[in-house]
Amino acid sequence: MSLKLSTRQVGDVTIVDAAGRITLGEGSSAFRDLVKDLITKGSKKVILNLGEISYIDSSGIGELVSSFTTVQNAGGQMKLLNLTKRVKDLLQITKLYTVFEVFEDEAASLASFK
Amino acid sequence: MGHIDTFLESSLDTVDLAEEAVLKVAKEAGLQEEGRYELGMAVREIMTNAVVHGNRYSLNKKVHLVVSREENAVIVKIGDEGDGYTPDCQPDPLAEENLLNQSGRGMMIVRAFVDEVLVTSEPRRGTEVTMRKYLQSEA
Repeated sequence: MSLKLSTRQVGDVTIVDAAGRITLGEGSSAFRDLVKDLITKGSKKVILNLGEISYIDSSGIGELVSSFTTVQNAGGQMKLLNLTKRVKDLLQITKLYTVFEVFEDEAASLASFK
Repeated sequence: MGHIDTFLESSLDTVDLAEEAVLKVAKEAGLQEEGRYELGMAVREIMTNAVVHGNRYSLNKKVHLVVSREENAVIVKIGDEGDGYTPDCQPDPLAEENLLNQSGRGMMIVRAFVDEVLVTSEPRRGTEVTMRKYLQSEA
């Protein structure tokens, strides 16, 4: 399944629900465009819900990093929610697990912005 | 089907084809699901490197895919016709200053997911990567 993205607003926090695959040529540009759009619209608090991501490769990891720095450079924060075991393993292999703020519970991720 | 030796177009579509073909051989060989995921990921990373960085999507250049089996392993060899590179000169993706780079993690993921990796690359003679994944893998 190619990447599907949807957004919802909880207070001043934007939650991006992502489902499917994030690989080179398969949704990675859509992901980048969405994050840029959020920044343009003034979203500074972003939670990326990866609970339905079935597959991610190094290009997809690169997109996560790129989005993270895009949001950070705009003065905002991007946090990750609901990592699958495979995504978590990849973030650990690449040492990015220490870079991202990661949550397993949506309420906790929302509360972390307060 | 225990052996594949084929030349593929330099397009992202062939990344999917190569992964699919390798995983078919791996399944027939008895590689378990998690091992197949790891080998498939490694194949995707090397195929992507071959198409994007090696052959640079050139219609005139092919990616050579060879898949074979040993009693206890699946061996995948992927070669491109690109400019080659110096593997030891690549930035360390785990270095603090490189952690937020957008790219450069593919080979590290490959090394984590297969049991043996051999990279042969020479200027103007392309790059060839040979990976071995044991059926009872510790990777």
